[in-house]
Amino acid sequence: MTENDTIVARPQADGQQPLLQAEHVQLLFPVRSGDLIGRTIGHVHAVDDVSLSLAEGQTLGIVGESGCGKSTLARCLVRLLEPTGGALRFRGADVTHLSRKPLRPLRREIQLVFQDPVASLNPRKRVGQIVGTPMRVHGMKRGDVSARVRELLQRVGLNPEHVNRFPHEFSGGQRQRIGVARALATSPRLIVLDEPVSALDVSIQAQVINLLDDLQDELGLSYVFIAHDLSVVRHFSDQIAVMYLGKFMEVSPAAELYSKPIHPYTEALLSAIPIPDPRENRDRQRRVVSGEPPNPILPPSGCRFHTRCPRATDICREAEPPLAEYASGHLAACHHPLSVSPTEIAAAKRSPLSPLSASPLMPSGREEAAPGTPLPGAPRVTAGPSGSPDGQDAPPQ
Amino acid sequence: MMDGQLLAVEDLEVSFATEDGLVRAVSGVSFTVSRGEVVAIVGESGSGKSVTVMTLMGLTRSPNSRFAGSARLRGQDLVDAPEQALEAVRGKEIAMIFQDPISSLSPVQRVGAQIVEQIRAHEKVSKAAALDRAVELMSRVGIPNARERARAYPHEFSGGMRQRVMIAMALSLSPSVLIADEPTTALDVTIQAQILDEIRQLSAESDAGVIFVTHDLGVVADIADRVLVMYAGRLVEQGTVDEIFYDPQHPYTWGLLGSVTRVDRDPPRRLPAIPGQPPSLVGTLEGCPFRARCPHAFDRCRELPPLAPRLPEAPGHLDRCWLEPSVKRVRRQAGGRIGLTEGAAS
Repeated sequence: MTENDTIVARPQADGQQPLLQAEHVQLLFPVRSGDLIGRTIGHVHAVDDVSLSLAEGQTLGIVGESGCGKSTLARCLVRLLEPTGGALRFRGADVTHLSRKPLRPLRREIQLVFQDPVASLNPRKRVGQIVGTPMRVHGMKRGDVSARVRELLQRVGLNPEHVNRFPHEFSGGQRQRIGVARALATSPRLIVLDEPVSALDVSIQAQVINLLDDLQDELGLSYVFIAHDLSVVRHFSDQIAVMYLGKFMEVSPAAELYSKPIHPYTEALLSAIPIPDPRENRDRQRRVVSGEPPNPILPPSGCRFHTRCPRATDICREAEPPLAEYASGHLAACHHPLSVSPTEIAAAKRSPLSPLSASPLMPSGREEAAPGTPLPGAPRVTAGPSGSPDGQDAPPQ
Repeated sequence: MMDGQLLAVEDLEVSFATEDGLVRAVSGVSFTVSRGEVVAIVGESGSGKSVTVMTLMGLTRSPNSRFAGSARLRGQDLVDAPEQALEAVRGKEIAMIFQDPISSLSPVQRVGAQIVEQIRAHEKVSKAAALDRAVELMSRVGIPNARERARAYPHEFSGGMRQRVMIAMALSLSPSVLIADEPTTALDVTIQAQILDEIRQLSAESDAGVIFVTHDLGVVADIADRVLVMYAGRLVEQGTVDEIFYDPQHPYTWGLLGSVTRVDRDPPRRLPAIPGQPPSLVGTLEGCPFRARCPHAFDRCRELPPLAPRLPEAPGHLDRCWLEPSVKRVRRQAGGRIGLTEGAAS
């Protein structure tokens, strides 16, 4: 965990090689017509040109609303899905299009923990079988398996005597621990956690987060932590990426995202989370973003957030903003960035992680004072529940 | 307060006969809901919060369930009422929004028709008039192109829109009490903010009482006037939202408040979890239900403390804990904030 070892590490980062890299990864799901021929009539842009790089021992948080493509991205990263474009590298080796068999060694190193601890455990199998299966699949001897299963159960805070129980005999938090034990079975280097605590009670959430934290410290694991909630990822991410409609809107060192959100979407997400403090909540002028995420089959032109963005202007509708790199490796794809001074904007560079389709236009910083766009320090306006300021509603279904 | 009172629940007990024995899901729960008031029920899963509100709707009735106590909605009893009497009230006087809108809507019926069905079950109106009302309700809860969308099936809606349909349906007969059982848990934060605004606005407009079941303390702070904290089937604390957040009396409430992650603060090194698991509700629980997980438990906790006001300055603030309020003020401090213990182990 070196200070400057941000995930912005270039494809050829000097010295240490990143564990996992995604270069312009794209995953489009074809939409077929309902007729007999079943022609492809469009694509769902689930993951649309996303680049990232994760160093060993680090945690990347990916946050976004449902349907933004974060789970699809997670499934791409573990290669449960094959990207339709771009490249995925694990320790430098291209794994984008590997077939089932050559993927096996990779499966051992990258594991996934699912959101739903009920649906992700086979109800007819005993815990010992569930946790032991990955080991047997990867050729561990039967005798060694049962010892290792007990050790893992103990490690995740379950009673090793419970190997013969069925998943339904455990509480939600315990079931999630079984999921974590199964992920650890093959001693992976990277675990992709797809909303691992969303289904749990707050007090149990804290237990599971602390467990994941301990495991990371102990085993030097890298995590990709997917969440819909910015308050959960804050706890143990080094970097956080905010995703919207298949694209990264902002990628930032964890703490800075909360104190200095640059993208209006990030700010909207932050301000939508109710603070567990009634007085502060009452005093806070919340900016409720109107509308819903648009249809990912026909994503909006230009900046994908422009249909809901209170700061959107003509340029946002026309040109897709590149990811601009500000100080300390903070990236944001916005023509009208928040929380940055004109000098910072002038010093920003176009990040190589920018989507290939992004326009060359970098934020100029002069729009800051343009009429109609609120200044960063100006009092927030609460938009009504329906209809965005410029009359742009959610696009047709 | 008595004059505006809509619902009075008294000593409600709900238990279920199971293969493992009698599960006491709700024990001795009493509370009231008044006009225009939002009462939040918080607690972990299995604490009995959903069973409590489902019992008010008559949804826990089964050959295996046993009830005691009463729940009166403007004088009409809900617990012992015959099914027929309940049917007249349910949907009309008391309505419910469920957590999961996809499984609470029929997948094979257009949403407009589902709202129409509910309206026509209670009122003699023509289909066309009922549909007009359904459309009006749908647009009132923020569904664009309501007339057109009323012809759509639930799967054609997003999660947030489906929840709006549920709200429209719940409001279709202007109930005096609206129960919302984790209505935003399945939604995204930006949509949650919209739905909370919607519920707040509607409760203010219609003057209905709202029971809001949630486990999210952020949502509680945002929407509630009063808060009931449930643990293992019992109310352990109840008070105004400010009392619960700034002067919590029960250690379980401290634990809940302590384990919340805040988006606006630097997180502590370790999240303060509440150690252990909630107790099994099979059989009788002796003494304070929280005592096995409570680091502050002492001998007296073997006896169940009554739910009583313990602070002279706040007669409406009730809790079930034997500790002296002055002792509690010291003990609930955990690293500069309220918590059960400082960074408890997982």
